[in-house]
Amino acid sequence: MNRILHMKKSTRSSLFTYTLVIVAYVVIQLLRAFREGGVGSVLEGQLVPICAYVTMALALNLVVGVSGELSLGHAGFMSIGAFAGCSVAAALQNTVTLDPLRLALSMVLGAVIAGFFGFLIGVPVLRLNGDYLAIVTLAFGEIIKSLVTNIYLGVDADGPQFSFLSNNNQLGEGGIELIRGPVGVTNSERIATFTAGFVLVLVALFIIFNLVNSRTGRAIMAARDNRIAAESVGISVTKYKMIAFVTSAALAGAAGTLYGCGQVTFTATKFDFNTSILILVFVVLGGLGNMWGSVIAAAALTILPEALRQFADYRMLVYAIVLILVMLATNNPTLWNFIARIREQRQEKKEGAK
Amino acid sequence: MDITIILDYLIRGLSLGSVYAIIALGYTMVYGIAKMLNFAHGDVIMVGGYICFFAMSGLSGNFEEGSMAATVVPAVAGTLAAMVVCTILGVVIERLAYKPLRQASSLAVLITAIGVSYFLQNAALLLWSSNPKVFTPVTGRGSLQVGPLSVSYVTLLTIAACIIIMLALTAFTSKTKMGKAMRAVSEDKGAAQLMGINVNATISLTFAIGSALAAIAGVLYMSAYPTLTPTTGSMPGIKAFTAAVFGGIGSIPGAMLGGLLLGIIEIFAGAYISTQLQNAIVFAVLIVVLLVKPAGLLGKMVQEKV
Repeated sequence: MNRILHMKKSTRSSLFTYTLVIVAYVVIQLLRAFREGGVGSVLEGQLVPICAYVTMALALNLVVGVSGELSLGHAGFMSIGAFAGCSVAAALQNTVTLDPLRLALSMVLGAVIAGFFGFLIGVPVLRLNGDYLAIVTLAFGEIIKSLVTNIYLGVDADGPQFSFLSNNNQLGEGGIELIRGPVGVTNSERIATFTAGFVLVLVALFIIFNLVNSRTGRAIMAARDNRIAAESVGISVTKYKMIAFVTSAALAGAAGTLYGCGQVTFTATKFDFNTSILILVFVVLGGLGNMWGSVIAAAALTILPEALRQFADYRMLVYAIVLILVMLATNNPTLWNFIARIREQRQEKKEGAK
Repeated sequence: MDITIILDYLIRGLSLGSVYAIIALGYTMVYGIAKMLNFAHGDVIMVGGYICFFAMSGLSGNFEEGSMAATVVPAVAGTLAAMVVCTILGVVIERLAYKPLRQASSLAVLITAIGVSYFLQNAALLLWSSNPKVFTPVTGRGSLQVGPLSVSYVTLLTIAACIIIMLALTAFTSKTKMGKAMRAVSEDKGAAQLMGINVNATISLTFAIGSALAAIAGVLYMSAYPTLTPTTGSMPGIKAFTAAVFGGIGSIPGAMLGGLLLGIIEIFAGAYISTQLQNAIVFAVLIVVLLVKPAGLLGKMVQEKV
């Protein structure tokens, strides 16, 4: 107990997050194994999307909370990951028969491709700052959506075939249509499992905590807090912002693959501006830069609307109001002064007791 | 390529561009004075469209079918109602959501603005349902025949409205006391306050003007693209913002130029490249502009001070 109390704050916070995720996983698995009806049909169907959204929230938190840049196009990276990953999974269906291995391969590939696009987009985007950066990420998100909606990809014995805008692929015997433009992707089997999602969340946490609590992470936060001061002590702001952005894009890509492989069918319009905003809501409600907050917010806000179907109409309205109120409360100087005063008084009491 | 077809596209581009320009004026004025991106501006357009729609459909029954009054009175009344409601809405939004955040980081303000935009869309969804409403053009459906070209009245009205608004705004900001106060506040808030300018009132006034313009833009946009849903406003809103950035944000002639160019680019991209990629091309333009000329076509580059 004493050791936990004397740990560094960052270590304690990451330990708490890992424990939280592992306990949640164990409880859900126990319920699924021993309780009749498992965790209920509603939650059962949401397990994989929850893991995907938790990973998305963690990824976006790395950009918005840690690196301090607002990205409004993160659903675009999720889209790239979903389409690239699921195409690979379908193409490898007969070569790699072991499902978890195939999923892992697809996720790695989805992450690499999304990370690569993150780099391509990051080069122009990270030269801007503030509102301009947000708008350009939004623009890229829309561009990705338009482009992906018009991709037709198929594979047969002769190798992959690709066409754009209209379907000109002529697939041979036994060929598979992987991406069908506006119709999207249809998975013949859903290989994403809750355990895979759990592993992905743990990997994402591991990557993010190690990044944040390293020299690189401190440089990223220094660049966030004061760009000019960071530059003056020799931190290359663009480089560190790029590290955060690409890592985040890659994680989003892996989350996209997980999400896509858990769906029977999905289209590019699923990953639109609204999805980007939804993930932003998770991050803001969980607390900017606070990873366990993101985990809880993403899980709770994914499951709540499913559980409260009858209030579905009011759901987005409530999200909007909560988003505004949280921003107003966290930026209220009176509230902050009040909290600071209470802390001061406590400090004085402690010192008086000594 | 036929010259008539090109001219036709050009006029359609100018018309769409005029709508973008009117919306972009609202963005650019608010950005100039409050240094914030009013993300909810596009949704004010949608509200304007709905108000005008209900006012028009409520009034049109009272007039003789086909008479002059049956077109003019509901259209004028609808537009005025939309302007009044949007002006109030804009000022209320500013007071409740943006004013407490004057000192906050731009990230916080932007997220709040996104929240307001979401709020308006979903409130509209609850109030007016997601079933699309079909808007009747404010000018009726006729068109003017100029040689081989046929130009609809809506197009003419849109271009005329844009020119009038532009001239009026330029005169307002350069000649009147309130307009000068607006320019002073956008230059330096603190100094303007020391000179006895009521900064809060000036910002409210800017929001009022911007929202009234959004209402006009909403009516004109709906007349050209008549399907009205709660999310109608977001696309023209984002594109108009693109136009404002394109022309140089904070600059009134810039918003005008950016809007017109963007409208023309959009129509020609749809006609000669691909309608499916129309939006992607418009956004690609934004990205290229920001990279090559981050301050926009007519904007001033401001050096950051340490």
